[in-house]
Amino acid sequence: MTRQFDFAPVDRILDNHPRSELSTIAILQDIQEHYHYLPREVFPYVAKAIGVGEARLYGVATFYENFSLEPKGKYVIRCCDGTACHVRGSIPILERLRQELGLVGGKKTTDDLNFTVETVSCLGACGLAPAMTVNGTVYGAMTPDKASELLRELKAELEKGGGQA
Amino acid sequence: MTKLMSRQDLQNLRSVCQRALSLETKKILVCGGTGCVAGGSLDIYDKLKDMLQARGIHVSVELAHEPHEESVGIKKSGCHGFCEMGPLVRVEPQGWLYTKVKLDDCEEIVEKTIVGGECVERLAYRQNGKIYRKQEDIPFYAKQHRVVLEHCGHINATSVYDYLAVGGYQALEKALFDMNQDQILDEVSESNLRGRGGGGFPAGRKWKSCARQKETPRYIVCNGDEGDPGAFMDRSAMEGDPHRLIEGMIIAGIAIGSSEGYIYVRAEYPLAVDRLRMAIAQAEEIGLLGDNILGTEFSFHMHINRGAGAFVCGEGSALTASIEGKRGMPRVKPPRTVEHGLFDKPTNLNNVETYANVPMIIENGAAGTNPSARRTVPAQRPLR
Repeated sequence: MTRQFDFAPVDRILDNHPRSELSTIAILQDIQEHYHYLPREVFPYVAKAIGVGEARLYGVATFYENFSLEPKGKYVIRCCDGTACHVRGSIPILERLRQELGLVGGKKTTDDLNFTVETVSCLGACGLAPAMTVNGTVYGAMTPDKASELLRELKAELEKGGGQA
Repeated sequence: MTKLMSRQDLQNLRSVCQRALSLETKKILVCGGTGCVAGGSLDIYDKLKDMLQARGIHVSVELAHEPHEESVGIKKSGCHGFCEMGPLVRVEPQGWLYTKVKLDDCEEIVEKTIVGGECVERLAYRQNGKIYRKQEDIPFYAKQHRVVLEHCGHINATSVYDYLAVGGYQALEKALFDMNQDQILDEVSESNLRGRGGGGFPAGRKWKSCARQKETPRYIVCNGDEGDPGAFMDRSAMEGDPHRLIEGMIIAGIAIGSSEGYIYVRAEYPLAVDRLRMAIAQAEEIGLLGDNILGTEFSFHMHINRGAGAFVCGEGSALTASIEGKRGMPRVKPPRTVEHGLFDKPTNLNNVETYANVPMIIENGAAGTNPSARRTVPAQRPLR
């Protein structure tokens, strides 16, 4: 271990839930909301706190699609690829974003940890299809060119020192 | 707000809310459904509210307990269903619907419509060269008869007082004070309500077989893990009229003899989770959820579980496993969920829309229920 992991945020989250197996998913969700992923250090810690096996906790974390064991970028871009968005052309947008960020193969996050690009099944904004979100803000009726433009804006914001995750 | 301790308390509060609602002579309903929120409707809501207040117009955001003057009600409503034309703004009493509203349009809406009483025609819906000012005249709406979603889009989706003002929790009152368990079960059976999740299993029969189980405690679980592409009826019900679902679940609790209810909502519906949380907190605050509801022996507590992105959790046994904090893996049936469900106890699991139908059935009686609920064709599409 090269650095000491700070468990204070985890403790705060644990205090908000009853310490039992029932809270497993809710606790993992809150931890992920804080760190944007599930750091491996939290598994033994949380498992002990709520009294379940570490393997079981890990099993839950890997079962549900929303949990990520990999760190995510400052900007998490979610391209909707639900039925409506897919039909209206979400894939070319996704490809443009991945190409511009140099994400090849199964890679989702840029090396500088600035951007993560992933797909989601349905954001529920089918009237705005194709839609995507950047850290929760919805952008509707996207095109590959609009996506490139948005990416430029986000990069400019990063240079100014912004980038609130 | 003090807790309601009796039937009389509830009726008093309802009449206060009704009076407050009647004093809102003009209303602006900004759509607060997921589609319109994504289009920026909440900013429009804030701007309209600020502009009205800046002009010195008396604005009512929440139905007041001591209404004293006429006011303009501004509300975040549930989904109007016309998401493609969003953000939508409805103006009452005229019933005008403004489509694709932008922040820059707010000024005109306040000036022309609220102050001047005129319609901003360029925001009205157009089809084949014809302008439709009134929402009900638009071809999309003209043939709709809304039952479960009757209040959705017409009341403030974030306030229990609005729900009370339109007759909410009347069915709960009836179920608690005028009926016994068997009568409720019979009423639901006779109404021929079918499981609205798509399976179409007779809800009354399911309720009866759960109520018959000897083992206790029994659980009431609501499946809000809606996953059909483009189908948002459960989301509309949860976001737009959350108290209706809660009322239906409490009644199920009375009929089946359960004091714990769980709602499982899919991860992709954060707004539905927020609205339900808010609604549960409000119902607890005024004593419609919790111990000894309205001074009776009956207690009911409600919990929300957020899904974590597993499609399979819409299946009953996977859903209950997920509530228990486990991997959402379906198991072989039988035994069925009514016998061995959540925590291996008898569990009544219905879809959102099924529960949301219940208040209407109890209030009007099975015979007086809308015929579309009585159709015997299984898995029919929603009552809208």
